[in-house]
Amino acid sequence: MERQTEETIEAELQGLREQYRDLGIFGLGRIIAQRAAAETEMESIYLLIDDEGWTIAGNLDAWPEAEDLVTNRVRFAIEPSGSLGPRRFLGRTVELDDARLLVARDVEDKLRTQALLVNAIGLGSGLMLIFGVIGGFVMSRWMLSRIETINRTTEQIMEGDLGRRITVEGSGDEFDELASNLNAMLERIERLMAGMREVTDNIAHDLRTPLSRLRSRLEVALMNEIDPATARRLLEETVADAEGLIATFNALLSIARAEAGEQRASWEQVDLGLLVQDIQELYEPLAEEREIELCAIADPEVVVMGNRQMLAQALVNLADNAIKYSPEGGRVTLQATHLATAGRPAPLLRVADTGPGIPPELRTKALERFVRLDPDRSTPGNGLGLSLVNAVAQLHNATLELADNQPGLEVSLVFAAPPAARTADA
Amino acid sequence: MDMRILVIEDDVAAATYMARGLEESGHNVSVAHDGREGLMLAAAHDFDVLVVDRMLPGLDGLSVIQTLRATGNRTPVLVLSALGNVDDRVKGLNAGGDDYLVKPYAFSELIARLEALTRRGQPGAEAGPATTLRYADLTMDLLARRVERRGKRIDLQPREFRLLEVLLRHPEQVLTRTMLLEKVWDYRFDPQTNIIDVHISRLRQKIDRDFEPPLIQTVRGAGYALRVPDQAA
Repeated sequence: MERQTEETIEAELQGLREQYRDLGIFGLGRIIAQRAAAETEMESIYLLIDDEGWTIAGNLDAWPEAEDLVTNRVRFAIEPSGSLGPRRFLGRTVELDDARLLVARDVEDKLRTQALLVNAIGLGSGLMLIFGVIGGFVMSRWMLSRIETINRTTEQIMEGDLGRRITVEGSGDEFDELASNLNAMLERIERLMAGMREVTDNIAHDLRTPLSRLRSRLEVALMNEIDPATARRLLEETVADAEGLIATFNALLSIARAEAGEQRASWEQVDLGLLVQDIQELYEPLAEEREIELCAIADPEVVVMGNRQMLAQALVNLADNAIKYSPEGGRVTLQATHLATAGRPAPLLRVADTGPGIPPELRTKALERFVRLDPDRSTPGNGLGLSLVNAVAQLHNATLELADNQPGLEVSLVFAAPPAARTADA
Repeated sequence: MDMRILVIEDDVAAATYMARGLEESGHNVSVAHDGREGLMLAAAHDFDVLVVDRMLPGLDGLSVIQTLRATGNRTPVLVLSALGNVDDRVKGLNAGGDDYLVKPYAFSELIARLEALTRRGQPGAEAGPATTLRYADLTMDLLARRVERRGKRIDLQPREFRLLEVLLRHPEQVLTRTMLLEKVWDYRFDPQTNIIDVHISRLRQKIDRDFEPPLIQTVRGAGYALRVPDQAA
């Protein structure tokens, strides 16, 4: 602001210097007198004195008591007549050959404005700072309290209350997102835990029964003298039980392996059509023995990337179940085809039977481990067949669908459609 | 046909049971409890077959086999492992193992596989690309895909042909259901139903029904063997 004033003064002085050069001291005196006369409000001060200190022209009586700034700049305060108190002026002095010239401007208003501005800015920033601090404090308190809520909930969960969930406030902000993500995670963990508990219970049931049978048989055998023939029979029964246990164990291991998602290194292109024909051929004698018609419908070039052994085992389990549950004179169809979808056709493996089927409300349950829908568990098997199929399906990015074959059960493995370009990871 | 068998297994109890079982079956068994000892025994003596556990203290099973193979030792090896996935199997076979058995296994399975391995090692038993397989009065022409018993032609389905071929390649030897599923169908898992029994009974219909004596024998608790009953040991 001062610089602007100085610049206008400097410009004026420039003009006055030229006048002095052209017209001499008297010409300059005249001009100063004119300009001073025009200053009724005393906004500008002009003063020209000779080298003895006598006033030549100007609207100030005497050279003011001025504070000298650098390079001829001066600052002073005077109280002009008719003014309400002292006013500050900023000016420049010029040393001429035989005189001194002062040109100054009233900067009182400008300085006031400046002071007001500085005050306003100072106050403004001060207020802003205060409100900022308060606001930040409130904000952080609010955030901390929300984090605290999450903390408290997780602590309760850690203490074993797995059913607890973090409150979602419904504001749709990041905290809500975090809370609902955490809740989804907890949901999944709880489901897995429940699943594990169920599996443990079922293992306990399915392994404990043959184990205790095995043990009591051996203990009873040890109690009394037995002839070699009986001993042999007992031992053979024991071996048969052990074999059943190993089979259950192996099935569990296969499921665990499929669920761990390993073995991709050994994946190859598997022709599902050939697989269907192979398994049909493998099971045809068994089906014939039970008077069930076993057909294979194999479309050409139904190919997926996968583990041939696991896919075969899945299909074997499905065929096995289908034959087991179909009545005499029934029909089991193994099919490899493409499912017409919006995009590229998806490879599909389907086993349909004419057995009792599974009612819709039990279909999800049927995929769980050790679940055998016949309550008396009369048919042989360990209840792991379908859950292995499910695990194999998941390993291969396929979905397992149970549907009504009217009558009977229709189980489909729908694989992801292969990408347009032939890549290793289908 | 007693075999000299070296068992390299660090679980002392398991090794002892295995040794006892193999001795009961008429074989001669040496036992080593770690890889280094096993490697030394295998190098110093002449065994018919080695049973090597994969997880061994000191030198692991696969390294033992690799070292043996590097020194030109061709003794058949059965790899025993608690790890049963395909990758592990492939690793075991790549290291120079000849067969792979996953714990827990049935003892009959172990014996059958060991016997199959030693037969394979014997020159002449499965000599070269023989075009005709023979056992008793049964003949199989592999090129013409023709099977005859006592000069009478028998028509077989392709899979029945393959099943009989496997039996003929291992005469008088027990083949377990798992081994048959593996050798005939190339599947390495346990079906819930003993599907092999049905296939064997179909094959029997064609091979044994009209002839004496029956050649396909059921070995209780183990599997099947092609054997003339009188010779049964």
